[in-house]
Amino acid sequence: MNYLLEVEDLRVEGRPPGGQYVPIVKGVSFAIKPGEVLALIGESGSGKSTISLSTMGYARPGCRISGGKVRLNGEDVLKLDQQGKRDLRGSKVAYVAQSAAASFNPSLRINKQVTEAPTLHGIMKEEEAVKHAVDLYELLDLPQPDTIGTRYPHEVSGGQLQRLMAAMALSCTPDLLVLDEPTTALDVTTQIEVLKAFTDIIQRENTAAIYVTHDLAVVAQVADHIVVLRNGEMVEQGPTEQIINDPQHEYTKILLSAVRHIPKEDHEHQDAGSEAGHLIEVRDVTAGYGNVTILRDIDVVVDARESIGIIGESGCGKSTLARVISGLLPPASGNVLLDGNALPGPVKGRTKDELKRVQIVFQMADVALNPRQTIGKILGRPVQFYHDMSVAQRKDRVGELLELVELPRAFASRFPGELSGGQKQRVNLARALAAEPDVILCDEVTSALDTVVAASVIDLLESLQEKLGVSYVFINHDLSTVAAFADRIVVLYAGRVVEQGPTSRVLSPPYHPYTKLLLSSVPELRQGWLEDVMETQEAQGGIARGVKLSAVGCPFFDRCPVAINGVCNKETPPKRAPVGRHEIACHRKIGELLAGLGMAEAVAAS
Amino acid sequence: MTASPEGSKETSERDNLRPTPTAWIAIFIIVFWVLVAVFAPILAPFSHSEMISFESFAVVEESAFLGTDYLGRDVLSRIIFGARMTLGLALIATIISFTTGIVLGFVAAISPGWVDQVLSRTVDAIMAFPSIMLALIIIGGVGTSLPVVILTVALIDATRVFRLSRALALDASVMDYVSVARARGEDVGWIMLHEILPNTMTPLAAEFGIRYTFAILFISSLSFLGLGVQPPVADWGVMVKENLQGLLFGAPAALLPAACIGTISVAVNLLVDWFLHRSSTMIPEELMG
Amino acid sequence: MRNLILRRLALGLVTMWVVSLLVFASTEVLPGDVAESILGKDAPDEVIAAMRERLGLNRPAYVRYWDWLSGLLVGDLGVSLGSGRPIAELIDDRLWNTVRLASVTAIIAVPLAVILGLVSAMKAGTLMDRSISIGTLCMISLPEFFVAALLVYIFAVKLRWLPALPSVNPNSSIWESLTSMALPIMTLTFAVLAHMARMTRNAVINVLSSAYIEMALLKGVHNWRIILFHAFPNALSPIINVIALNLAYLVAGVVIVETAFSYPGLARLMVDGVATRDIPMIQACGMIFCATYVSLNLLADILSILTNPRLRTQN
Repeated sequence: MNYLLEVEDLRVEGRPPGGQYVPIVKGVSFAIKPGEVLALIGESGSGKSTISLSTMGYARPGCRISGGKVRLNGEDVLKLDQQGKRDLRGSKVAYVAQSAAASFNPSLRINKQVTEAPTLHGIMKEEEAVKHAVDLYELLDLPQPDTIGTRYPHEVSGGQLQRLMAAMALSCTPDLLVLDEPTTALDVTTQIEVLKAFTDIIQRENTAAIYVTHDLAVVAQVADHIVVLRNGEMVEQGPTEQIINDPQHEYTKILLSAVRHIPKEDHEHQDAGSEAGHLIEVRDVTAGYGNVTILRDIDVVVDARESIGIIGESGCGKSTLARVISGLLPPASGNVLLDGNALPGPVKGRTKDELKRVQIVFQMADVALNPRQTIGKILGRPVQFYHDMSVAQRKDRVGELLELVELPRAFASRFPGELSGGQKQRVNLARALAAEPDVILCDEVTSALDTVVAASVIDLLESLQEKLGVSYVFINHDLSTVAAFADRIVVLYAGRVVEQGPTSRVLSPPYHPYTKLLLSSVPELRQGWLEDVMETQEAQGGIARGVKLSAVGCPFFDRCPVAINGVCNKETPPKRAPVGRHEIACHRKIGELLAGLGMAEAVAAS
Repeated sequence: MTASPEGSKETSERDNLRPTPTAWIAIFIIVFWVLVAVFAPILAPFSHSEMISFESFAVVEESAFLGTDYLGRDVLSRIIFGARMTLGLALIATIISFTTGIVLGFVAAISPGWVDQVLSRTVDAIMAFPSIMLALIIIGGVGTSLPVVILTVALIDATRVFRLSRALALDASVMDYVSVARARGEDVGWIMLHEILPNTMTPLAAEFGIRYTFAILFISSLSFLGLGVQPPVADWGVMVKENLQGLLFGAPAALLPAACIGTISVAVNLLVDWFLHRSSTMIPEELMG
Repeated sequence: MRNLILRRLALGLVTMWVVSLLVFASTEVLPGDVAESILGKDAPDEVIAAMRERLGLNRPAYVRYWDWLSGLLVGDLGVSLGSGRPIAELIDDRLWNTVRLASVTAIIAVPLAVILGLVSAMKAGTLMDRSISIGTLCMISLPEFFVAALLVYIFAVKLRWLPALPSVNPNSSIWESLTSMALPIMTLTFAVLAHMARMTRNAVINVLSSAYIEMALLKGVHNWRIILFHAFPNALSPIINVIALNLAYLVAGVVIVETAFSYPGLARLMVDGVATRDIPMIQACGMIFCATYVSLNLLADILSILTNPRLRTQN
């Protein structure tokens, strides 16, 4: 009986505005020993955040804790009065929220907020607390630990703010840390850094923690114990190793199978290399918004029945490229060719047939479907617009389209608000199919979806390609999703193509330092991956920095472990082609890059 | 994380559309006044200008139960005819302001930079005036008449409608469904009509209510100042002005038309308030202890 | 930050200039001839022509505008058409009467409105909040002259507590002048209070529902400290804007109240000017009101820049 926290038959109810209370957490029990990290894992609506908050006796507006016990050091938190809860919060249990940007008060300096809890709870005096905070900043690897606290929240980057929030939570050395999806909003490369800082400090301080996330690979790095949740009920719980390697429950198995693995050598996609003529050619395109140039000198081709994956961190110009191809953003210079004929830059200049052949699908189905139109109208309009059918024919075609994306025909009369996220994304896709296009530009179509739903959408895309023979330009920030799906990969960094080629050749082995950084940043579903990656991470210097656009030299210069000062920051890197359609933009020779598997020598050589 | 499980969203929205008791009262009052205005000639016992007594501010035998005004005219009849004038003028002004405001607002939102700049800066300049000052200056410059009053109120209202509809259209036009329509090759008119307009209807409908009460209050205020509707026409604002002196002798003839203005504008505002604030607030309950 | 404020000041000057243009244009360029309106429609043409000559209406509009504006800048407000006396003279006392009425109202109404808004926001969704909400909604919906009439009826006619018409006598004591102004001030307070309270409530609710407030709650911070240290600094800037925005209602209220109570202020002078079409008078009073309104809005903008760290630390 030496548990730090025991949650017993916890029940929470919530109510939509103006509606009745309905159960959202339906009797969940678990326990945490001192120093143990427990992960609550589940998809959206599983109640994981709600449960984590109730360990502090807190329910979000519109929710209420309706039953159960939450015992911290043997004392029931739910029975405490307001003062009792205040004494507990911040000092014994501390919270790290998903969005640090929203959770820091914009009008107060960071130190003021970090030291608030220890001074309020009478644990430390102001100066003492500041000193402690500076120590924590140092432990969390924050730059300029002495002065960073004197800034306002908007003056530091997102990744730093996330770590500062961890410092805020640890300021009282709490017994229990509640981390609510603390890395979900971050880019993969930033995620590693934050994750590493979190795991280190949790181990060092021997703090127990509840880690809430939907990402199994992340869980494998941090948790000792996993609780799998679904619709407010506990599905399975056990040690991390058992859940990952030997899941018992069907739902856990589904969750695990939805995690995509980066294909190794054996995965060889078709490498048609049909020089005969490309479906789409992007030639020398430079584009941007206003005075800001985002894309520079882009050359990319798409062949018939092919899937091109476009990857890169946020801010690299992936979506901009899709907008240029679709005609939503006319390029400043360069051309987009369709079947060898130059397409006019803006939509207005293109013929209906040209428009019909290139369709775009956006990330957020919520804002991509007009909430005031029925699904029937949403799908019927492109049918009528491009194919000019009679009303009866149109209705029939809408039904066909719905079946094509595996939705019932009856959905035609519904509004988007009545559909789930995955269903909306299918409608979103069906609208593009309505045109009977040759190529579909998919802009992060799976990023807003839960893992399992995302996997089913990918499967659908693959089967549609087989059936209809469309090509995809598949934009995603998640390398593992792209790798499993695309025939060829284009790696964008700061608006330039740094590497492109057949998936297997780009990824195994990776040549370009940025490709390496991306590849090594994808969390793997095995314990100890994080430690390994931090040790072998050649690009350690590259993790912490953000994407900066630059007109001269190689944009990756300031993050690159093998950069040549005086060359890489001055001259545009040459394009090197090891074999066939594989192309790498780097000042380093292929041999150097390959040898760079042990980068140390390369660094010594420079 | 939201509290509402998926799927129940739509039904709860429909539940919310059911008027609350307050909203019912508001609807009742509005319908009542609309009927009074429409059937004024049938309902009113006397004409609006007929002097039925030589006694001012008195309940005389001939008059209906509200008595006579300062000229010995029947107050009830004048209120009934006043409903026509006050509510009608405000309605005309609001309709003009809405059509121009929405059209120009949408045009500004989708037009090239300079059109938007010209329209928006002009509206900014007009809005730099407190609205009553603008009205006083215009009426001072051109003299007063019904068309001048209507157009002045419409101009003031239109600037507000312009701002709102421009902002709404801009909000909607950055939505991905508009990008999809543009990429499909749809023309601007179709996008406006099918993609943007339907999504701006709710706030615009609420704004119509707000603008309508503003027009009622504003026109009556002008009449009260002697710069709007001119006697002997029956208008609620005019009636307050005419009978104000009687108040000092204890005659409430000035209060009645003012109260009528109050009822209709309270009713419209209550309805709008219900319409806009159907969802509850999201403040942590612990903070409200 | 300095650049931001300088830009704002420059914009304020431009606004003022545009306002002067519009004031001049709507009074002098719009159809309707001043000479004719002074003399009446039946006046013989020669007489009207002579009048036009005397008023300088035959000169081009831009010359007249320049004369008027340059006069305005050195404090020469022109001559009233009605009385033939310099407007500056006529305005002097009246301006101070209006300033006194408006400032006393502001001193009462602003804190009261902010407190009502805060209480309402803190008790959001409760009976108290709903009562305040309905109450303020009714206040917004009632015309100022109704409130004025009702207050006179109750306090002056029925109860006989307060004088119906304010006397502005320089010899009377402060107490006397305050009681004599009580009804106009109450009416005016009524007119501005409600909008301000409602908008304050919304601004505060907006701040209270943000993630950093929840964070403070989860750090174990006391409610009063959350309100004072976490919510207030962030609500300050929107509340300042709310106050500035509602000055428009104060202006409108002043116009009605001065007429309703026959209060010898600037607004009544202007309303009389409009009724008699005393154009120079309308222009002068209009410019004074608009300039005050624009400058107060400018002040509010600058204050809210100063209270926002994001803008304050910007270079």
